[in-house]
Amino acid sequence: MSKTTGEYIIAREKNIYEVVIGLEVHAQVLSNSKLFSSSPTKFGAEPNTQVSLVDAALPGMLPVINEYCIKQAVKTGIGLKAKINNRSVFDRKNYFYADLPQGYQISQYKHPIVGEGIVILDMPYGQREIGIERLHLEQDAGKSIHDVDPQSTLVDLNRSGIALMEIVSKPDLRSLDEVNAYIKKLRSIMRYLGTCDGNMQEGSLRADVNVSVKKKGTKNLGTRCEIKNVNSIKFMQMAINYEANRQVDLIEDGKKIDQETRLFDTKKNETRSMRSKEDAHDYRYFPDPDLLPLELKNDFIEKIKSEIPELPDEKKKRFIDKFNLSSYEANILVSDKETSEYFEKVIKNSDVKLSTNWITGELFALLNENDLAITQSPISAENLSKLINLIKDGIISGKIAKTVFELMASGDKDPQKIVKEKGLQQESNPKALESLIDKVITENPDKVKEYKSGKEKLFGFFVGQVMKVSDGKANPKLVNDILKKKL
Amino acid sequence: MNDIISQNLTVLIKNIKDKKISSEEVTKSFIKKAEKAKTLNCYITEDFDSAIQKAKKFDSKPNFKCKLPGIPIAVKDLFCTNGVKTTAGSKILNNFIPTYESTVTQNLWNEGGILLGKLNCDEFAMGSSNETSFFGNVQSPIDKNLVPGGSSGGSASALASNLTPITIGTDTGGSIRQPASFTGTVGLKPTYGSCSRYGIVAFASSLDQAGPMAKNVKDCALLHEVISSYDSKDSTSIDFKRNNYSELLTTNIKGKKIGIPKEYRVDGMPIEIEDLWTKGIEYIKECGATTMDISLPHTSYALPTYYIVAPAEASSNLARYDGVKYGFRSEGENLIDMYERTRSEGFGNEVKRRIMIGTYVLSSGYYDAYYLKAQKVRKLIKSDFDEAYKKVDAILTPSTPSSAFKIGEKTNDPVSMYLNDIFTVPVNLAGLPGISIPAGLDKKGYPLGLQIIGKAFDEQNLLNIAHAMEEKINFKNNIKEWWIK
Repeated sequence: MSKTTGEYIIAREKNIYEVVIGLEVHAQVLSNSKLFSSSPTKFGAEPNTQVSLVDAALPGMLPVINEYCIKQAVKTGIGLKAKINNRSVFDRKNYFYADLPQGYQISQYKHPIVGEGIVILDMPYGQREIGIERLHLEQDAGKSIHDVDPQSTLVDLNRSGIALMEIVSKPDLRSLDEVNAYIKKLRSIMRYLGTCDGNMQEGSLRADVNVSVKKKGTKNLGTRCEIKNVNSIKFMQMAINYEANRQVDLIEDGKKIDQETRLFDTKKNETRSMRSKEDAHDYRYFPDPDLLPLELKNDFIEKIKSEIPELPDEKKKRFIDKFNLSSYEANILVSDKETSEYFEKVIKNSDVKLSTNWITGELFALLNENDLAITQSPISAENLSKLINLIKDGIISGKIAKTVFELMASGDKDPQKIVKEKGLQQESNPKALESLIDKVITENPDKVKEYKSGKEKLFGFFVGQVMKVSDGKANPKLVNDILKKKL
Repeated sequence: MNDIISQNLTVLIKNIKDKKISSEEVTKSFIKKAEKAKTLNCYITEDFDSAIQKAKKFDSKPNFKCKLPGIPIAVKDLFCTNGVKTTAGSKILNNFIPTYESTVTQNLWNEGGILLGKLNCDEFAMGSSNETSFFGNVQSPIDKNLVPGGSSGGSASALASNLTPITIGTDTGGSIRQPASFTGTVGLKPTYGSCSRYGIVAFASSLDQAGPMAKNVKDCALLHEVISSYDSKDSTSIDFKRNNYSELLTTNIKGKKIGIPKEYRVDGMPIEIEDLWTKGIEYIKECGATTMDISLPHTSYALPTYYIVAPAEASSNLARYDGVKYGFRSEGENLIDMYERTRSEGFGNEVKRRIMIGTYVLSSGYYDAYYLKAQKVRKLIKSDFDEAYKKVDAILTPSTPSSAFKIGEKTNDPVSMYLNDIFTVPVNLAGLPGISIPAGLDKKGYPLGLQIIGKAFDEQNLLNIAHAMEEKINFKNNIKEWWIK
């Protein structure tokens, strides 16, 4: 992969190929009730306990649009800097499956609620703008369970009717890193907005991945294959890797790529054909006659716009402009809403530079090591702020601070208390330091002689000795100053 | 009181309120009548014991403020009724007992109505003769082996033969007005969005509308004001001001302008229908209203449009009957096999025909040529009416191109059967209200109906015109109770 452009290149003997990727992300709308019914949407409930008459498609039952889900979709659209359509239409996508009670999925086909938008990625080689084709609302299906009863398939309709946003990107992604960054950015935006929790383990975020390859430098896109329902970034990357190489192999062998839908087998790490274009379902889309077209007034959209919180891109800009952070630092701090909130809490009373270093350094290492989210951090923002102030005020050294940090991590104690109880305050009294330094000088006459004859490197030796006799508590800056004078 | 069953709704209510008769007596009378009329095959499910219990309960604590105080009512088996089997005339719902109530029937019970049972109908309301029901065809009280019309055939037959004082049907392309016309009764198809579709087994969602059927216009008006309500559970329900139609009912229609559309003068229409229409025009004039020739130029496209739109929606609406969740299931080797067996055995021929037509017209490659074009024509048909209503207050047409036909006469010729709906389907496509009132008898003694089509939400005017004409026509049905041996 080229580090400068970020392209995913597959080089063969004679030809060089570029990989082109587009994603259709299915994001579950954060809502207490379903898209067309009032059933609850809690994850992990007993099977078939969150199912209304509408969700189970009983005769004569009719869908009624949940306004909250509409608001959530509009919010997300605004977060994607996208066009919000004043008029959208719910269509029926017709197909038979045991976990699709109506025999059709209510979705949006020709007239989605959100049109074209943009997601900005910060890559090491610069910013990349990924185009959003559209965002539409649709119902989720239920779940077929094949491994409980050896004789039959069981169906759980808890998910049936849950609102999903399908966010379709343009084929603008060019590498596995960009896929990773794109998914994380989408998730970040939606979490800032509170429109999707982005929890991939619970299936709140899944994607269909479109992959094609083309000879480098050519304009026209190759024939694409769609890999259905991949539910982690790692699997997406594995699937793309396999699929891109499969396609290149076919071309190199002089064979044609069939446009088809494929499945990714996570155990075998390969994609395999699910159905070809010829076998593709004819979904017989048509406007759902049970629902009127969705008309959104400008007032409605404007009101939602006015309620949009600061989003990662804006926050990043503010962090850079106001706090003088590097783009890299700002990126790390804003990618997660809770992290940015933690950061802002810490810097309220503390030095920004030190705070940034401590959060992105020691704190992140601690969280990573223990696999914790920032919200689960054993060290509160208030206490980290106090620790940083102890350093800044010269009460403890950076080295001692690391010890204090470790103590805080195991018990979240107030750092001021720890320093006091353990007697870790820095020695900044010049008189006390002078006597320490005198002691070191008298104990090492040979070294003093050497230093004075021009071996200036030995200065570090003296500092080290002073720190040693002070148990690391001597104020390094003062030690330096006094030593220089004495020597 | 042997004449209870022949009393119309208005009289029954008065007698109950005056405590001349009890709800129990009334209910039992209709039940007794029904037990002697099994030959007509009106009922799919009788709920008689429960009805008597409810009547007794009403009598013990009567609420005379209700609009239907203790009145027993049998309803079309397309309305879901809580705890009472609801089949839609199909094998595929043969064992289906809803745990919920349709809004329209709930409105009846809220006003003191009592469920007698569920009436036969064409399977999923697809038919014009009540011959597609899984539960057998319905006989018309008018004559032996005569169809009562459809799809609300059981409702029309039960009403005309005095098994129920009033009833409700559903009308997707004429399913209330055509059987009303065939049985000498009054049937109203309200404006689309007037009656909630919640809890009604769906046929074609953009056309389906529940409506009242009664022995006269006043009863019809009263029943309509009970069942029509705004319902947030139906997204196509419309929140408009609904009248107390029966209270405001008048025969004064002086100055109203009634349009006579020339396109309804179709080739091969029997002379009797032609004469009936002419007579209707005279009645209107006698009532002090004027008539005016108008044109609805796209009328001839209504039937083909209807037979694209309705099957398209039906093919999707009926996908839920798959043997997985409820209703009939025929076990299979695998899921697909189970689907195929269930739907092959569970649906009748007419339903299958329409599912196939609907699936075809929605298929990729055909969608634009059929479904999309039909939608465009539908708009033109609606704008025909919009244009006409700039000049007239209502429109008068025959209800059907012929009187009732014999059972089996058209079963092998679906197109001839579909032609029955030629005057009624444009009204559904345009979402307008239409009423059929009995207007005369043909030479065989079979009833003929006239249809009045109104402006959207203008049921009051429609009912007034019907009421005024009814007075002039003074129709007497000729029922000899041939089924009682």
